[in-house]
Amino acid sequence: MIVTLEDVRHIARLARLAFDEEELLAMRGEMEALLSHFSRIDTLDTSLVPPTTSVLPLANVLREDTPHLGLSHEDALQNAPEQEGGFFRIRTFLEDAFPRVPALQGSERIPAKT
Amino acid sequence: MPSLECLPSREAKGYQRKRKMINPLLMQPAHRVLPLLRAGEISSVELVRAALDWIAEADPDLGAFLYVAEARAMARAISIDKARHQGEEVGPLAGLPVALKDNMCQRDTPTTCGSRILEGFRSPYDATVVRKLEEAGAVILGKCNMDEFAMGSSTENSAFQQTRNPWDLERVPGGSSGGSAAAVTAGEVYLSLGSDTGGSIRQPASFCGLPGMKPTYGRVSRYGLVAFASSLDQIGAFARNIPDLALAMQTISGHDSLDSTSLPEAVPDYLGALQREPGALRVGVAKDQLALEGLSPSVRQIFEEAIAKLAGLGFLLEEVTLPHASYGLPTYYLIAPAECSANLARFDGIRYGLREEGRDLFDQYCRTRRQGFGAEVRRRIMVGTYALSAGYREAFYLKAQKVRTLIRQDFTEAFKRVDLIALPTTPTVAFRFGERTEDPLSMYMADLFTIPISLAGLPALSLPIDWIPPEEGEGPPMPVGMQLVGPAMAETRVLQAAYCYEKSSGLHDLIPSFVNDRKGLRFDPQQCSQIWGQI
Repeated sequence: MIVTLEDVRHIARLARLAFDEEELLAMRGEMEALLSHFSRIDTLDTSLVPPTTSVLPLANVLREDTPHLGLSHEDALQNAPEQEGGFFRIRTFLEDAFPRVPALQGSERIPAKT
Repeated sequence: MPSLECLPSREAKGYQRKRKMINPLLMQPAHRVLPLLRAGEISSVELVRAALDWIAEADPDLGAFLYVAEARAMARAISIDKARHQGEEVGPLAGLPVALKDNMCQRDTPTTCGSRILEGFRSPYDATVVRKLEEAGAVILGKCNMDEFAMGSSTENSAFQQTRNPWDLERVPGGSSGGSAAAVTAGEVYLSLGSDTGGSIRQPASFCGLPGMKPTYGRVSRYGLVAFASSLDQIGAFARNIPDLALAMQTISGHDSLDSTSLPEAVPDYLGALQREPGALRVGVAKDQLALEGLSPSVRQIFEEAIAKLAGLGFLLEEVTLPHASYGLPTYYLIAPAECSANLARFDGIRYGLREEGRDLFDQYCRTRRQGFGAEVRRRIMVGTYALSAGYREAFYLKAQKVRTLIRQDFTEAFKRVDLIALPTTPTVAFRFGERTEDPLSMYMADLFTIPISLAGLPALSLPIDWIPPEEGEGPPMPVGMQLVGPAMAETRVLQAAYCYEKSSGLHDLIPSFVNDRKGLRFDPQQCSQIWGQI
């Protein structure tokens, strides 16, 4: 079982975790050691075994579609790092994704990504 | 059989601080205090005040609580006393001090999960278990320390503080529900809730010399429990003896429409069932498990003595095999991190929790999570993401899910022949701080015997069977626990058998030297009635 630095960088990106170079090296070693140990389960023949996703004897648990009160607006916002006018305030990210699109004005529509 | 001489007789080195005497009422089981509350011989205000005072006195050394809701608890005690005085129905736990693990939401109080990423977070609603406790009249004194997001086996992974084992302050209380276990052991509360994903109730119960129970998966609602590994997480309880534990489990169990994984079956009368003898139950002993590397010889010996004692009590011992249980550890440490990597994706600094500004949104996510999560949580997110990533999912995650099926089938086969299975709870007694933090695998080994049961979703209880001197170095004797495991929904049977053992062992009213340095103090009702005259 070999885990490369490139693997670790890729996984860190997927997991949205920042590491400096030293931490990446340490994480590579740890992941390789752990995954090598865990790959012991490869020795078992499971070709005819179905996977367990849940131990419960339940399936398709649905409720009646009746209106009911949920979390209030205030309660939902009370832990927001930043809020404004009853909304979560976040940094502008459309400009990150579409750097060439000028700031929206009036009824202008966002162009679809091509 | 332990003798009283073997009980801890000194405080751990370095922590000798003169503490005020504990009010002995606080070390009583709930079942001896509730009748006094009902009869009006003691008020809830007096009891809650005594508990809060003891927490103020003891917790600086113990570190069990992350948050104590003093004003709220006192207000609640007053309203319960008032309601009782006016003859209103107040519930079976009315006026009793209890505590929550800090991954359960209680409205308007902090919930941190032991993590920086949730520092300052206040729960906007009550977990179902909180609602049930409050409906039963319990007074929640606060939130207990835990390994960050319940990932760990020693509570050393808390971002905020260490919790010490009341039997030896130089040792860990176990984890991840270490704060909840220590709080009950040290007389700070009568009952506490914990959560168990791979052993996080049973392992600290064993390390702290308490009974602790994890019910069948689906028996207790997870609504309001911060998710770690959703197919495994279950809420359960710690108590001072089996009747108290039955009362706690009775209170929190039952169907909840707010949790789609909640089982619809009605909850039997656990407490009533303790009045009946369980009969000649067949107890399976898994010899292959006892041969596993890592089980300390002294723990094995004490466990075998306990098994012999079960036979003496009329239980029929039978050998069973769990051939795939030894694959439990790798299976669990692929499935649980995979689920955790998905569950913890919600901590992105947008709607709640910590936010660290970055160059752009992606950078902000990465920095927020880097700052907010501790080393073990980051490690598990990485391993879990790897196990789910394209190209590796089949080899790791799917493979682990298939081995999970094999482990479940082992238990199904065994329960065709026996009514219960007995196992050691932990391979060793509580270890010292820092002993296992450098090597994640050595820490994971602490859950060797609890994990297979979690993977199978079965009810299991750990109860103390003896106290033994530490194998290395010096120090006070430490508790050893035994696990009793039942088939799905057989909580009643597990509790009955444990009660049977407890009654014969007399081990449930031992008091750690942390609480009182008199050798092997046992509660003397006479002394209690004297002290409570002075409250």
